[in-house]
Amino acid sequence: MPRSSAPKQVPIESPPVSQEKAVSLQTVQSNAAAPANRSAEAETLARAQAGDHQAFAQLYSLNKRRIYSLCLRMVSNVAEAEDLTQEAFLQLHRKISTFRGDSAFSTWLHRLAINVVLMHLRKKGLPLMSLDEAMEPTYDDGPGRSFGAPDLSLAGSIDRLALERAVADLPAGYRLVFVLHDVEGYEHNEIASMLECSIGNSKSQLHKARLKLREALRTPTKKEGPK
Amino acid sequence: MTGDPNQMTCHEFQAQLADLVGSGEDVESHPHLRDCERCRALLADLQTIAEAARQLLPIEQPKEDLWDRIESAIKRDDAMAKPD
Repeated sequence: MPRSSAPKQVPIESPPVSQEKAVSLQTVQSNAAAPANRSAEAETLARAQAGDHQAFAQLYSLNKRRIYSLCLRMVSNVAEAEDLTQEAFLQLHRKISTFRGDSAFSTWLHRLAINVVLMHLRKKGLPLMSLDEAMEPTYDDGPGRSFGAPDLSLAGSIDRLALERAVADLPAGYRLVFVLHDVEGYEHNEIASMLECSIGNSKSQLHKARLKLREALRTPTKKEGPK
Repeated sequence: MTGDPNQMTCHEFQAQLADLVGSGEDVESHPHLRDCERCRALLADLQTIAEAARQLLPIEQPKEDLWDRIESAIKRDDAMAKPD
């Protein structure tokens, strides 16, 4: 790693520093940016890959909440989410030696868990995309129920627990797309590939999920507010 | 139905909303929203929901005994994998 090839990108307002000093500052900054526990995690991962059971238990401890929360949000059932978390870690145990580090371990594990959940749902014979329950015409519901009425808007804030409950009550297909896109941050093309549907279908299901959530989240306001 | 964004009804605008939002375009500057408070409120709510979803953290904790179950499953799996 020749120092002479380091880019001379000193911000205009920075005090002038020599190139060598700039490089050493850059190194310090990049080291500081890396979480201190990253190398510890990498070491734990390497030990688990070599068959160290304690290290695998540690990986479980580090990732259990994220994987369990993901499963629970996707299936909305505690017992199923536990079974799926168990299956995900069992699969991890089987496949951990194949992890080559092409992506972050957490990303890889996350995707593995999603595949476990989707496989489970397919085995149960559940359609991964919700059939549109004649939902299209929300805007056709008449003036008394115009869903954009300002007095029924969410006013820019949503209670977390209310949102969790509303997500849990979504039809399975809408919930899957909503969790994958809005909660977990996957893109429509990735979701389309996971769910074996078109990108347009993914967008449409997400939109309908958000509309349903909006309706659910506004319900208490509708009850409280005199019309 | 008109293809002109300036002449869209709420129905037409909302029918396109899934694609508009999913396309990454700046939906807020859509001509229909200039004069339509109802659709502006709808869009704001959908954005609020998406924003709130991003804040949902993986806070659910599995039961303490789940690791015991996993450990047992791993042992069974290992035993089955061994040729004995």
